[in-house]
Amino acid sequence: MAETTLETRASGAEAAPPMAEGNLLEVRDLEMHFAERSGWLRRSRRVVRAVDGISFDVRAGETLGLVGESGCGKTTTGRCLVRTHAPTGGRLMYRGGDGREVDLAALPHRDLPDYRRQIRMIFQDPFSSLNPRMTVRDIIGEPLRVNGVARGAELDDRVADLLVRVGLRPQHRSRFPHAFSGGERQRIVIARALSLDPRLVIADEAVSALDVSVRAQILELMVTLQRERGLTYLFISHDLSVVEYLCDRVAVMYVGKVVELGPTEELFTRPQHPYTQALLAAVPQPDPTRRNILTQRPLEGEVADPADPPPGCHFHPRCPFARDICRTEEPALRPTADGRRVACHFAEELSLPGLAVDDDAAGLSDPEDT
Amino acid sequence: MSDVTLLPPAAGGDPGDPDSTTASAAASTDTKADPGTVGQWRMMWRRFRRHRLAMTAAVVLGMIYFVAIFAEFLAPYSPSTRFDDLQYAPPQLIRPVDTSDGFAIGLFAHGYEVTTNEETQRRTVSIDESVTAELGFFVKGEEYELFGLIPWDRHFIGPTDPDNPVFVLGTDRLGRDMLSRLVHGTRVSMSIGLVGVAASMVIGILIGGLSGYYGGAVDTAAQRLIEFIMCIPTLPLWMMLAASVPDDWGVLTKYFAITVILSVIGWTDLARVVRGRFLALREEDFVEAARLDNCGSLRIIRRYLLPSFSSHIIAALTLAIPAMILAETALSFLGLGMQAPAVSWGVLLQEAQNVRSLVSAPWLLIPGIAVVVAVLALNFVGDGLRDAADPYNTGGRRWRKRT
Repeated sequence: MAETTLETRASGAEAAPPMAEGNLLEVRDLEMHFAERSGWLRRSRRVVRAVDGISFDVRAGETLGLVGESGCGKTTTGRCLVRTHAPTGGRLMYRGGDGREVDLAALPHRDLPDYRRQIRMIFQDPFSSLNPRMTVRDIIGEPLRVNGVARGAELDDRVADLLVRVGLRPQHRSRFPHAFSGGERQRIVIARALSLDPRLVIADEAVSALDVSVRAQILELMVTLQRERGLTYLFISHDLSVVEYLCDRVAVMYVGKVVELGPTEELFTRPQHPYTQALLAAVPQPDPTRRNILTQRPLEGEVADPADPPPGCHFHPRCPFARDICRTEEPALRPTADGRRVACHFAEELSLPGLAVDDDAAGLSDPEDT
Repeated sequence: MSDVTLLPPAAGGDPGDPDSTTASAAASTDTKADPGTVGQWRMMWRRFRRHRLAMTAAVVLGMIYFVAIFAEFLAPYSPSTRFDDLQYAPPQLIRPVDTSDGFAIGLFAHGYEVTTNEETQRRTVSIDESVTAELGFFVKGEEYELFGLIPWDRHFIGPTDPDNPVFVLGTDRLGRDMLSRLVHGTRVSMSIGLVGVAASMVIGILIGGLSGYYGGAVDTAAQRLIEFIMCIPTLPLWMMLAASVPDDWGVLTKYFAITVILSVIGWTDLARVVRGRFLALREEDFVEAARLDNCGSLRIIRRYLLPSFSSHIIAALTLAIPAMILAETALSFLGLGMQAPAVSWGVLLQEAQNVRSLVSAPWLLIPGIAVVVAVLALNFVGDGLRDAADPYNTGGRRWRKRT
């Protein structure tokens, strides 16, 4: 089974409309299809629509959450933004540090290094994302060295400074990654991401591999760094409690599509898409007095196969409110009365219960409180 | 993690307290004593040292290579010195005490006597217990050039009286000392493995690396080539190639020709190992991270991929050497590899091919024991290296993924 990108996209020759003020990134109809070949002489071909025409904006300085079940395409979206994958369609308009607007999706390879310095990534697994054969000094200094930012004593100073920023001791910079715990390793990963003074940081499940206690500390660190450096985060996660704590706005994805997009609090208290509501229902409630607010049963069935999604609304086989129209007509992501965007035919009719939002709902303390 | 700091964590503005025991335990700023700074090679050495069998084998192997290097000095005679009267002389037993003439301590052996059968006119060499030959260390003997440079005539061990020769392992058909021939044969037999493996390493890493790093069509082509080479029966192919080496080539040229023949076929396994590691590592997050750091392909291979599996390569190489040695021995045994006047264990075993000489002189099989010892030692060392190179074999070190 080999995965190859379907076809190189047509170069973005057509003029893109100017970006809205305050947006750092505008994703428009982003598509990432993988051709999966199998069988005798790889004759049979299956197209996996990992990301199938999604659109959202990332505003400068905000934290946008991208949530959904495994396999919904959220990681692929992140990978498209750093161009690990070359998207098969759509536009990724990015406003660079110099104010120019560039379509990252159509950017030729020789121009990528410049943007990879501005858009950095924090990986999920702090154990596999650090080279076990390099010392911390070399790991954090690598981007500085490769991009010709600093060398020699200056590089040493900057590495030490970054280590202090992420809460590690500069004396430990000649250690190898195996001498650190998971949380410390994730701090190293964050230091590496920040070493080039990025503008947009894509955090792909940045805390999912960590213990709950350490998770809170890393989130605190991310919030602090965002405030200090004016960072913008795209926070990809399946953990709604973390998203609720960290994100200003949330986009919910299901089988390659965004099904709901809106400010975190509104989306969590008043979900308008049945899938969002189902995700919220699955969040474990630490507070027994609130445990029975959501009486709904958990979702049944499996996530749809992105190579062969059901017709109509992709969610209809699992949706308790599905009607005939859902099986035939695919709902568009449309704005609702209160300015959110939902892809459901009955967004206005349904009245779905949400979480009673409380800052301590997930057991995380808000930095404002302390 | 053993370091559970309960919520709430430090205040938002202070990311100060890292979440681990290592940081708090290592309050000292002395990085020299910090176990976290131990690199992969030292860790590997520590693990290897704990592997007793491999350590023993490594010592044996060290001794064998020492013998190969100092062959002229260690052997009592040169490999081609003939004692015309003493053909098929049996091995001598060395005694530490001699009582034939009073009491003396040292190294003693008996002499030889040659008897001729009146009817068949065949001469047999037997041990003459009435004669005592004394052995000594650093005795004067035939002149030689150590490393081909330093002329010398001292031998580590040998009979003090040149007229009274001692053959610890007997002599062969032409009256040549088997011990000397075995010692000199070590050089060719043990080095052909090293040189051959070095040659196949170059081919293997190159083709395996390209195959694994680029994947796709390159990979498919390389894999089919490897499968093609692997499915050719090796012995006939070697024989064909070895037979096509011209007879008038010198010993050294022939040696390299044989090496090339062995490595032309021997690289395939190594290429597969390298390809497998490349394929696995290519998908690792840290390689991805390096790419996002704007590292070029060459830098990624050199700084990320190669260091991650160099230890595995060394283990694979060590395990490949015995196969080379055995292949050379097999070829030489069949008369297609090294040929007289060159001496290798395979050449020596060729002498033991006919049954008549085996019956009358079983000591001609001793080079076979040398082959077995060398191959076993290499295999044990290779196993030890492989275990040591495996980071999951640490027994409770802070290496294991523990989330």
